Amino acid sequence: MQLLTPEGERIQHPDHPLDVSAEELRGLYRDLVLVRRWDVEATALQRQGELGIWASLLGQEAAQIGAGRAMADTDTAFPTYREHGVAWTRGVDPLHVISLFRGVDNGGWDPVATGFNLYTVVIGAQTLHATGYAMGLQRDGAESAALAFLGDGATSQGEVNEAMIWAASFSAPVVFFCQNNQYAISVPLERQSRVPLYQRAAGFGFPGVRVDGNDVLAVLAVTRSALAAAREGQGPTFIEAFTYRMGAHTTSDDPTRYRLASELEEWKLRDPIARVKAYLSRTGVADAAFFDAVEAEGDELAARIRSGTVGMPDPPGTAMFDRVYAEQTPHLAAQQAEFEAYQASFEGAGH
Amino acid sequence: MTETLTIGKALNLGLRRAMEDDAKVVLMGEDIGRLGGVFRITDGLQKDFGEDRVVDTPLAEAGILGTAVGLAMRGYRPVCEIQFDGFVFPAYNQIVTQVAKIHARSRGRLPMPIVIRIPFGGGIGAVEHHSESPEAYFAHTPGLKVVAVSNPVDAYWGIQQAIAHPDPVVFLEPKRRYWEKAEVDTDATPGPLFASRVLRGGDDVTLLAYGPMVKTALQAAEAAAEEGRSIEVVDLRTLSPLDLEPVFDSVRRTGRCVVVHEAAVTLGLGAEIAARVTETCFHSLEAPVLRVGGYDTPYPPSKLEEEYLPDLDRVLDAVDRSMGF
Ligand SMILES: Cc1ncc(C[n+]2csc(CCOP(=O)(O)OP(=O)(O)O)c2C)c(N)n1
Repeated sequence: MQLLTPEGERIQHPDHPLDVSAEELRGLYRDLVLVRRWDVEATALQRQGELGIWASLLGQEAAQIGAGRAMADTDTAFPTYREHGVAWTRGVDPLHVISLFRGVDNGGWDPVATGFNLYTVVIGAQTLHATGYAMGLQRDGAESAALAFLGDGATSQGEVNEAMIWAASFSAPVVFFCQNNQYAISVPLERQSRVPLYQRAAGFGFPGVRVDGNDVLAVLAVTRSALAAAREGQGPTFIEAFTYRMGAHTTSDDPTRYRLASELEEWKLRDPIARVKAYLSRTGVADAAFFDAVEAEGDELAARIRSGTVGMPDPPGTAMFDRVYAEQTPHLAAQQAEFEAYQASFEGAGH
Repeated sequence: MTETLTIGKALNLGLRRAMEDDAKVVLMGEDIGRLGGVFRITDGLQKDFGEDRVVDTPLAEAGILGTAVGLAMRGYRPVCEIQFDGFVFPAYNQIVTQVAKIHARSRGRLPMPIVIRIPFGGGIGAVEHHSESPEAYFAHTPGLKVVAVSNPVDAYWGIQQAIAHPDPVVFLEPKRRYWEKAEVDTDATPGPLFASRVLRGGDDVTLLAYGPMVKTALQAAEAAAEEGRSIEVVDLRTLSPLDLEPVFDSVRRTGRCVVVHEAAVTLGLGAEIAARVTETCFHSLEAPVLRVGGYDTPYPPSKLEEEYLPDLDRVLDAVDRSMGF
């Protein structure tokens, strides 16, 4: 499924009429540029030792912005660890996401207020949470849906398969949004699946659709209609956003060990931002002044991320003991007191 | 031949040698082939032994361990790499309900010579689930054997011995020590795998550690020596079965015992060791057996690792407390 070609030509699709205003188009472009800017800055910060690690979204901006902007305010996202673009659309402060990669906390944003759940590092676990959450929505008669994000590698996990079985059996209002970026760290898709991923959905008994993941309009259209179907009681959909991870898996990874430069070059031609820019310029929906303004906004964002990261204070040691439980245990309170006394002993000793 | 090796390289060479010695040895895991594993422990092995012997698996831990069970039934010796300690849990069901029990249930008819390699412990500044200490879960499960290596010599020999061993072995590798170096004599005759070892003699306190904490324990003994304290350091090496005879001998002399591990203290290995040392050496003890370990909290974000992990000072503090009784 495609609505915007790599050259920036708008095409129509009979099943996915998409009405986007000029304003919306400019907004999508702005989102794409800003999340890329954020990502590039975070990668640089990691290189400079300010972050322990960073999982780059480079190349996957359209998949994430398209999916995120398709959500209603009352929908809830269940991300993995690379969905910075979706976080952006939910109004999560980039510095909250960065604090996790800096090792300051295990996820500093409010998942309830933002409708954007905490990142999930254990592959696939969140797909079950999304399904259960959707079952809750269904019981409550809420006209909302859950959107579960997963990677191509994740489809191999038992838990992901269980999530799809539950979703189908209970007709839960959940959409599985798989970013097929072709690799699970070094392992190519062929090792996870012998059929195109979207076809798997048929085996679970719900629709599967493949969309050009580098086409923000197509992703927006497909995700919007899947979420609408879920809200209307038609059950789950599996969306395979066909895309490519342009960077390393994380900053600790060396992709030259497992993929060819030529492959990367090919995907560069399908850049998710370039095609929107081409379309906006060609149709006159945006002019040079607009592009400059977005650029300037990017500079500001990058500067804010940089200073915010570098100035981010380390958490106090007692944060470890905070909220392990809703009701603190006497044992842990005693351990905390011991810890505090121990730390204090150094201050006295001039350590 | 003697070579200076890191723990990581020692494991790599040990795996290579085990694969040369026995064509039934099959390595399985995520990213272990072309990439050589995220820690590069299997670097170059797929190139030399082929994709059938060094298998890049789908991203499915239950699959890795579950298929290992079937392969073991066919006479293979699967060596499963779990990428990080926190990702062993999707496979936990297979390990605990199947791998651990099939030998007993089949009355020995179905062998389970499986090795489960897990990089464990913290101190590398990773995000959550990359720094767990799950050893007690496994050591608590009858039917599994558990070892934790602390140095290149044990890594080189230990991995070969674990692979050749007829029982399932959970093989814990101290990930933050992968780059520690030592001389390894690759022609030597190794000692037994399931045995603890006294690394440093001493008269005042017996200090027990395993895996990543062994280095810390040795540093603590060094520091204590400067203050005139003589500390005996024992590397536990095997967590199941526990080899405590050398520890009992030591405690009978020193009268004092401190156990150190990274895992949360409550219901950790230290608790078992303290109980056994107390039962066996009660009349020799001058002080209660003390434990130093992680706090009973989820593993904290990396900026708090230093506070969470037992360090030199916390070990010395426990030594002081022991001496103070
Ligand atoms: C259960 C589990 N096993 C292994 C890992 C280590 N790991 C982290 S990301 C990753 C690859 C994930 O690939 P995919 O699902 O395709 O998502 P992508 O990173 O490509 O977005 C692996 C193996 C993990 N986080 N969780």
